[in-house]
Amino acid sequence: MELPGKNILEVRALHKTFGGVVAIGHVTFDVEEGQIVGVIGPNGAGKTTLFNLITGFLPPYQGDIFFKGKSLRGKMAHSIASLGIARTFQNLQVFTNMSVVENVMTARHLQSRAGIFGTAFRMPYSRREEKHILEAAMANLDRVGLRDEAFAPPLSLPYGKQKLVEIARALATEPTLLLIDEPAGGLATHEIEQLARLISEIRGGGITCLLVEHRMELVMGIADRVIVLNFGMKIAEGSTEEIQSNEKVIAAYLGEKF
Amino acid sequence: MLLCAVALMPLVAKSPYYITVGNFIGIYGIVAIGLALLLGYAGQVSMAQAAFFGIGAYTSAILTTLTEMNPWLALVAGAMIAAGTAGILGVPLLKLEGHVLAVATMALSIVIYTLFVEWAHLTGGYDGIGGIPGLSLFGFQLKSDLHYYYLIWACVVAVFVLSHNIVHSRVGRALRSIHRFSGGSEMAAQSVGISPAKYKVQVFMISAFYASIAGSLYAHWIAFINPEPFGVFISILMLIMITIGGMGSLWGAMVGSAVIVLSGEFFRDIVPKVLPGAAGEMEHIAYGMILVLILLFMPAGLVSAPDALKRWRARISQKSDWRE
Repeated sequence: MELPGKNILEVRALHKTFGGVVAIGHVTFDVEEGQIVGVIGPNGAGKTTLFNLITGFLPPYQGDIFFKGKSLRGKMAHSIASLGIARTFQNLQVFTNMSVVENVMTARHLQSRAGIFGTAFRMPYSRREEKHILEAAMANLDRVGLRDEAFAPPLSLPYGKQKLVEIARALATEPTLLLIDEPAGGLATHEIEQLARLISEIRGGGITCLLVEHRMELVMGIADRVIVLNFGMKIAEGSTEEIQSNEKVIAAYLGEKF
Repeated sequence: MLLCAVALMPLVAKSPYYITVGNFIGIYGIVAIGLALLLGYAGQVSMAQAAFFGIGAYTSAILTTLTEMNPWLALVAGAMIAAGTAGILGVPLLKLEGHVLAVATMALSIVIYTLFVEWAHLTGGYDGIGGIPGLSLFGFQLKSDLHYYYLIWACVVAVFVLSHNIVHSRVGRALRSIHRFSGGSEMAAQSVGISPAKYKVQVFMISAFYASIAGSLYAHWIAFINPEPFGVFISILMLIMITIGGMGSLWGAMVGSAVIVLSGEFFRDIVPKVLPGAAGEMEHIAYGMILVLILLFMPAGLVSAPDALKRWRARISQKSDWRE
């Protein structure tokens, strides 16, 4: 077994119920810095709930979540974002009342300071900041290959590119941990290959990725470790090879009889 | 160009009547711009704008008649009180959403209106406050409606420009990002570090600040106030204005203010002459009719008229193609 690196995220006995239904049942796992960790499981396994708990959208919960050694308990979603956790959404949450580049500019919120007074009077620092925001947004659009679509309304883009808008927006917050929720849903095979390359590049840039996905081909291709959830319980954890030959996982995906 | 039109209007239209109408358009326009920021950009409804308008008017009236405070200082004091009220009450109020928020702000409007009526030893009750001194600017005493016309429209331009700057900035994007009925998403906003609660309260405070300034200008210009123009009906009228003009734009607020004031005057003065026996309430029917027509045929407001016209033309030409 390898020596454990530094854990960026530690989930401890995380438990969440919705009116008696266990959505996440005492789940414990670690995410090592610089890795791509896949979270897989059949529909309804609690993957998205797990994401919503980590990013502060579903308080309260039992157990604890530590990010860089600090508990996230009781923190509001926007302050969790300010710690360096960014995410995309399974059901796209692109701001459709803005252009593509404005979507990404909005995500430079944490890197800028100007308030109502500064912006109303167009103070020099506010104008300087605005210029930096635009530059940074364009750089992040470059990263996902959307520079040409910068000034288009997001709804005019194909679904796959709208997903890239979300990834660019998440990257613009300069996260250290990126949570990607079902990026391959609705994508064609060649788009999934591009996406896999993009996620590897993101990790190459030093950003740890936690990836929820039920399309196996994406996860198995790029993940360093895989966590398998079923009915809210962690049923397996390990390398992609270990997971592929794990009987519990095969049963969960294909049914007990197989 | 529009600026020139506003500046030259009094020279062309000699009648003082038009100047009075222009003043009302400007005053309501300031309130409407604030409401456009709140509702049009951040998606938070308020039926309390007339109350903030009243806070400005009453603060100015009370402070300048009872304590002989400098009117400009009183104007600032009113705006601070209005923004402070919005800031304190906005924290719990803006946790509410949609219809519930509308009803809660309406309740606030009623409470403040009741204060204007019942706190009689300060506000004069239904009799109101008279003899409010005029404003002076660099030693120049503003006397005529025309003087106020230029002051009010200078304020409109200032408020418009400041709001325009806010909208096209980091703050403006944050506001649009939380407007869930026009394509924003509070969840996504939070995921990039924006606190929806903070921006909702801030923009509520700005809208109250603007409304209060408009109220102070109104009080000094008319020199007399009573509770009537600060009731819930006026709050609703403000909402109608920005709906008619077009919510997603600051121009819409000004267009809406102009349409409502002009059509109000038209129906109050002209219709009774044509239809003897038609009472002053005609204007309310007119507001309702205009609102319904706009919602049916131009839901994005009058500012979207050029687009709507283009679409309509395209449809016509398509039809004629088909006939050929």
